[in-house]
Amino acid sequence: MTQAVRVKSMMPPGHVRTPIYLRGKIGVIERSLGEFPNPEDLAYGLPATAKPLHRVRFTMDEVWGADAENPCDTLDAEIYAHWLEPADAT
Amino acid sequence: MPHDHHDHDHLSPSGHPFRADDDTDLSYWQTMEIAVRELLVEKDITTPTEIANQIETMDARTPSNGAKVVARAWADPDFHAALMKDAAAATREMGFDIGPLKLIAVENTGDIHNMIVCTLCSCYPRNLLGLPPDWYKSRAYRSRTVREPRSVLAEFGVSLPDSTKVRVHDSTADMRYIVIPKRPQGTENMSQDELVALVTRDSMIGTGVAKAP
Amino acid sequence: MIDPKNPARRWHDMGGDTAGPIPEMETPNENHDFSLWEKRVDALMIIGAAKGYFTVDGLRRVLEDMGEDAFEKMTYYERWIASINQNLIEGGAYTTADLAEKMAEITARGETYGDASSPT
Repeated sequence: MTQAVRVKSMMPPGHVRTPIYLRGKIGVIERSLGEFPNPEDLAYGLPATAKPLHRVRFTMDEVWGADAENPCDTLDAEIYAHWLEPADAT
Repeated sequence: MPHDHHDHDHLSPSGHPFRADDDTDLSYWQTMEIAVRELLVEKDITTPTEIANQIETMDARTPSNGAKVVARAWADPDFHAALMKDAAAATREMGFDIGPLKLIAVENTGDIHNMIVCTLCSCYPRNLLGLPPDWYKSRAYRSRTVREPRSVLAEFGVSLPDSTKVRVHDSTADMRYIVIPKRPQGTENMSQDELVALVTRDSMIGTGVAKAP
Repeated sequence: MIDPKNPARRWHDMGGDTAGPIPEMETPNENHDFSLWEKRVDALMIIGAAKGYFTVDGLRRVLEDMGEDAFEKMTYYERWIASINQNLIEGGAYTTADLAEKMAEITARGETYGDASSPT
């Protein structure tokens, strides 16, 4: 059972590990990796809360649309849970 | 601390010449490196021995370590299964000192070609393969690989049929990746040691394929 | 460069940008090695992080904040030592005054890296 998720489109100015080209894009969780200290805290030397981390798989069609070289190729990235929302959320 | 005054004739611990900049004019950033290093020693945060040991440890990490992992995965089905399940644990069990590296192995087949990039910086499985090549850290590789992986592969001399799916992995967070290249044809009777020689660094990043025997 | 159409996009977040050909397939590990001073920078990063003074995200944060100009004009390990230094000062390893004094002392030792890294 794969879970469809959308990467949140928020644009905070600090250190984050969610690439801009994936924001707002929908993918499926390929595997969950457990919890890791939040890099958004670590970067500033702050106590870091553990955040669940997922590998999300996107199709190139979803990410680049008509610009994709081959729409069926895929792209995987690790995205923290607080950057994800259910794909059907409005 | 190693006595490095005018040591341009020496080879580095990894057996290759150092880049030729030790005898050029002292730069601002080199001055900063010396200062940081000496301050950390004076404040008892580290020692010259610890720094030298860390350099030795890093020098011992080369693509040949990864090549041994790949060759064993080709030759040993049980190891292959363990590697695909938990690549860090399997690699550690082989005796490689990979530190806290969290590793995922992704495998190339007739239908799938994997390649690795880090668009946000230049994350690389350095604890297994050593330091990344310069091109891996370049703007061009970081920018283009997620959008036009096939064009990038073509520049590396790798052309894939449309029927082969490309899977790009952007190392955005805590995981690092090693590609297990497809085992070349005609290698059925080769020993693990012979197979190691076919595994190139680029084949483990996904910008190359294993050499033909 | 700040993109006026999307000022929130930061320079280092370059996935999907157009760019020229992949630069020469140079292979430091096979043809020539990093210089000693570069390896020492690398070691200082690992040691500083292992001792809890900063994290790899702290290293990245300063590199990102240094901006695109630094990415284009400084070498990889030049950027790293700048970031390591800032993280160590922020982490309390030594003070800015300690650094200034030490750098002045080193500059006076000699003209080359070899001369300056071997105090007499």
